[in-house]
Amino acid sequence: MEIFIDGIIKAIKMILSGDKEVFDITYTTLQVCLTAILISTVVGIPLGVLLGLNSFPGKKIVLVFVNIGMGLPPVVAGLYITMLLWRSGPLGNLGLLYTTHAIIMAQVLVSLPIIIGLTAAAFQQIDHKMLMQIKALGATGFQRIGLLLRETKLAILAAIMAGLGRVLAEVGAAMMVGGNIKGDTRILTTSMVMEVSKGNFDVAIALSFILMSLAFMITFLLTILQQRKQRV
Amino acid sequence: MKILQLKDVKYIANKQTLLDIPHFSLQQGDLLGIIGPNGAGKSTLLKVLSFLQAPTKGQVLYKGEEKQANSLNLELRRRFAVALQQSLLFDTTVHNNVALGLKLRKENKTVINEKVDYWLEKFNVASLSKKNARSLSGGEAQRVNLARALILAPEVLFLDEPFSALDFPTKAQLIQDFKEILNDTSTTTFFVSHDLLEIRHLTKSLAVIIDGNVKQMGNTKEVIEQPNEATAPFLNKWKELYTL
Ligand SMILES: Nc1ncnc2c1ncn2[C@@H]1O[C@H](COP(=O)(O)OP(=O)(O)O)[C@@H](O)[C@H]1O
Ligand SMILES: [Mg+2]
Repeated sequence: MEIFIDGIIKAIKMILSGDKEVFDITYTTLQVCLTAILISTVVGIPLGVLLGLNSFPGKKIVLVFVNIGMGLPPVVAGLYITMLLWRSGPLGNLGLLYTTHAIIMAQVLVSLPIIIGLTAAAFQQIDHKMLMQIKALGATGFQRIGLLLRETKLAILAAIMAGLGRVLAEVGAAMMVGGNIKGDTRILTTSMVMEVSKGNFDVAIALSFILMSLAFMITFLLTILQQRKQRV
Repeated sequence: MKILQLKDVKYIANKQTLLDIPHFSLQQGDLLGIIGPNGAGKSTLLKVLSFLQAPTKGQVLYKGEEKQANSLNLELRRRFAVALQQSLLFDTTVHNNVALGLKLRKENKTVINEKVDYWLEKFNVASLSKKNARSLSGGEAQRVNLARALILAPEVLFLDEPFSALDFPTKAQLIQDFKEILNDTSTTTFFVSHDLLEIRHLTKSLAVIIDGNVKQMGNTKEVIEQPNEATAPFLNKWKELYTL
């Protein structure tokens, strides 16, 4: 119990004193996670829309893979990215292993299927009569998708939040492909693992506060956006 | 003039022939009712005629010219309007819902607003303009749905059982208002219903469709008074109800 209270006090002091290292780690975390979720969103929503609206041979198989991807263990994602970027691997000559780019790749790999899968599910649920009504109103293909995105806004933003949650929480892959290099690829989660292993619970607690605050603030903003009254 | 025509049209889904119509035409200015039992193919016929769904076989003609139901036919589809049994309004204000079709056509904003006000007034729902469309009662929502269709000044208005989900007093009032509006605009109308009361009240001509075939077509009164062998069992059931 004492460790806990001491930890909390030290954590608050650390955050208030504006420690440079803590600031760097937080900044890297934000940069990496937001880039990853942005890529997953920009790529995942169109793919999810295509998958949800169209029927084509092999669609079920694609859905199975997307759904498997939604539960892909991050360490497995980390392993694949590591092999891909390894010196003798297919993309080895790019020299990306143990950089923040590698972490972003791993995080895209774990969050992209979530966004594709949940977007596709939202679009598959749209009543076919609604699709017909939109077509009958004289919408072009793009206008139709725009209207449908508004109709599925709740689900789409929930998908982004789910993806973001995964990215922020993820540690195994970031450790493996980033290497937790101080001042470079160290992010909040990898840093916490390290501090705990060294017995520095106070630092770990401070980092956990920051991580939770980030998650809280971003999710709060997205929820406001999600719950806002819509206009067409 | 024949505004829409079908020639040797078949619509087949899952090896079932849902529609088999050698000849069919909709005259400009007509107010045509389509009646038939559930599952007869009325909605399928509406989709084929409004270029929302291509038939498996045969031709659909617009003003005598064969046209395909594909995405390139946006310009053609924009000449029509469709309102269904479910009002299917969007999660936004009544005003925005009625404005939607014109917005999609990139119509001028001032013009849109004027037209929206005009049509909301016509359907007696002007006071609901700023309300969210999802909070309306069934009757109100259907009025907004019909306004959303008529604001487009369609060459043909397609209606698929627009009154079927309404309770009787609501339905009666709306049908009366709607009849006046159709008289004013003289819009060519294709009105699907399974309710002979609605059909008799609203339409000039009538087509009876059973098992995917048009079994009888003609003046509404005449068809109701003189059903043929194929249509008598269905129409006479309604007539028995009338005389109650
Ligand atoms: N896409 C489809 N595939 C298979 N059967 C269908 C499809 N759409 C409609 N049906 C069937 O076709 C028949 C005609 O449907 P529909 O045109 O909706 O009839 P109605 O509007 O007269 O009630 C019904 O038996 C319906 O179950
Ligand atoms: Mg129907």
